[in-house]
Amino acid sequence: MGKYIIQRLLQSIVVLFGLSLLIFFIARVMPGDPARVALGSLATKEQVENLRKEMHLDKPFPVQYYFWITSVLRGDLGTSLYTRRPVTTDLKAYIPATLELILFSFLMSLVIGQVMGVLAGYFRNSWFDGLSRLISYVGVATPAFVMAIFLLLVFTYVLNLTPAVGRLSLGAPPPPKITSFIILDSLIAGEFATALQALRHIVLPAASLAVANIAQEGRITRTSIAENLQKDYVMAHVVYGIPTASTIFKYLLRPSLIPTVSVMGLAFAYQLSYAFLVELVFMWPGFSRYAVTVMLNKDLNAIVAVVLVIGLAFSVVNVIVDIVVSFLDPRVRLQRVGG
Amino acid sequence: MSKKELLIAALSRKRVSFSKGWYKFSRNPLSVLGLVILLLIIVVAVFAPYIAPFPEHAGAFTNFRKSSLPPSLNHFFGTDTVGRDVFSRVIFGYRFSLILAVVVLGLSIPPGVILGLIGGYYQRTRIEIAIMRITDIFLAVPPLVLALAITVMLSPNLFNQMMAISLMWWPWYCRLVYAITTSLRYEYFVREAELTGASKAHILLREILPNCAAPILTKMTLDAGFVITVGASLSFIGLGVQPPKPGLGTMVADGAKRLPAEWWMAVFPALAIVMVILSFNLVGDGLRDMFAVEEV
Repeated sequence: MGKYIIQRLLQSIVVLFGLSLLIFFIARVMPGDPARVALGSLATKEQVENLRKEMHLDKPFPVQYYFWITSVLRGDLGTSLYTRRPVTTDLKAYIPATLELILFSFLMSLVIGQVMGVLAGYFRNSWFDGLSRLISYVGVATPAFVMAIFLLLVFTYVLNLTPAVGRLSLGAPPPPKITSFIILDSLIAGEFATALQALRHIVLPAASLAVANIAQEGRITRTSIAENLQKDYVMAHVVYGIPTASTIFKYLLRPSLIPTVSVMGLAFAYQLSYAFLVELVFMWPGFSRYAVTVMLNKDLNAIVAVVLVIGLAFSVVNVIVDIVVSFLDPRVRLQRVGG
Repeated sequence: MSKKELLIAALSRKRVSFSKGWYKFSRNPLSVLGLVILLLIIVVAVFAPYIAPFPEHAGAFTNFRKSSLPPSLNHFFGTDTVGRDVFSRVIFGYRFSLILAVVVLGLSIPPGVILGLIGGYYQRTRIEIAIMRITDIFLAVPPLVLALAITVMLSPNLFNQMMAISLMWWPWYCRLVYAITTSLRYEYFVREAELTGASKAHILLREILPNCAAPILTKMTLDAGFVITVGASLSFIGLGVQPPKPGLGTMVADGAKRLPAEWWMAVFPALAIVMVILSFNLVGDGLRDMFAVEEV
């Protein structure tokens, strides 16, 4: 087991190293002089030359990469040309909001997806099964930003149930910072009104991200439940008079968990990129909106950092998923170590 | 394996006839519905200049007297802020979405497939390691993120958007074909071809490739929807088809600013996006049933 985890970690490090090389290469190959972009069109030739030297742009590509990667490993991602602050400061400021959004949406899809899948599987070929199938087809086919627009229109503008933008209402004082997750922080501080407000703000953006996952997960769970309901051991449970609910939750959900974990892990990482547009629609002050802003402003240092952070998040999630799956399913663990 | 067994194996590998395939495909009415909608969209997009009620509205046309009109019999989807027919613009928007899907898949599938074949065939060699590690690197970030970064750095327009997405797409096919090739590498028909002195090109393209056709076709159909999603997402931020040409994502972004009063400007292009992706997915599901393809 330990050997498998180490192998898996080494593999991710190699991939991340490759990704850093790729993104650095792309950033340097692109037309335009980074020093000139940084200083603006008013700077003199001398100033540009000096900055080029400072940024090691006058050296060959491998040397440039060496200087860059060593400072990245020291935690220095350079200065954002757009916000004029160190990129790491910016990232620290923006990542919690996105993390809160994604975690909330993840929980949402986990709970709703499982419940929908169990009900659809148990009452298969009923009207509910048909409805859940319809939701799945439409949910998978609707891009997150389109879903965001639809939800905004219906729940905010027509039904007037939820606020349109931000993490809290304008001017509302945020709770004392502990976890940087507003909902958790306000609960810790005992400010239930603030927590409720934050909850109302997060529901729509989280739902926009969650719908596709709910759809996917609901189908997986449904298929698994429907298949396993036919098995002999379930019949035995019925004969022994074991309550249906306990059969479902104790025995039927487990086999469906393995594909769910794999799919959800990947989906969780993908949400980071779909959050790009959802955060724009809801003016959510998070990492993804920052990412889009720096990209549109051709802020090279920040773009490279953003891609690296997402790559890092992606591989961390992938490693966790692989480890969890190998715990759930001994076949995976044994096969990989053996081979 | 005896000669008789070989003969039986060869016969059972015969191609699924068209009528049998259609029977399997049509057993799911949703797939047929998807196919009908998809064909309709393709026809409408191809013949857009003849079908759109106001083809000149797909460009820099303005008529402020007719601006921001709600949906009516004259303008099914209403008009936008400068008086252009949203319905006509959606039809032309489909053109760009479909062109994007065709170009991206056309550019990314051949290199992906060829690298996958080579990687799978030369198992446990440096060639395999090099190809598969590079594939892993490209798969280490969601395609939208790198495509976004590259499009921005190149300068945003439809052409660069196509190039950026294609650059992100080949690894999926590489991995798919690699998995199939690895499983077939030591099958008798491959070994036999090697023994009779067939060229590597023959083995890869004539012996192994045909076995990948069904999964590739299925993935292609499902991916078309995915490519359109990424394209629409990019153009939602302004990195796709440049105005005044109509991109579906751009139209949604512009319309979103007019919510809720002038809802039609965002809602109809948004529904159009869902419709084309949904129909590709339904057809893809049908193909999967037809070929009984396992997910890789």
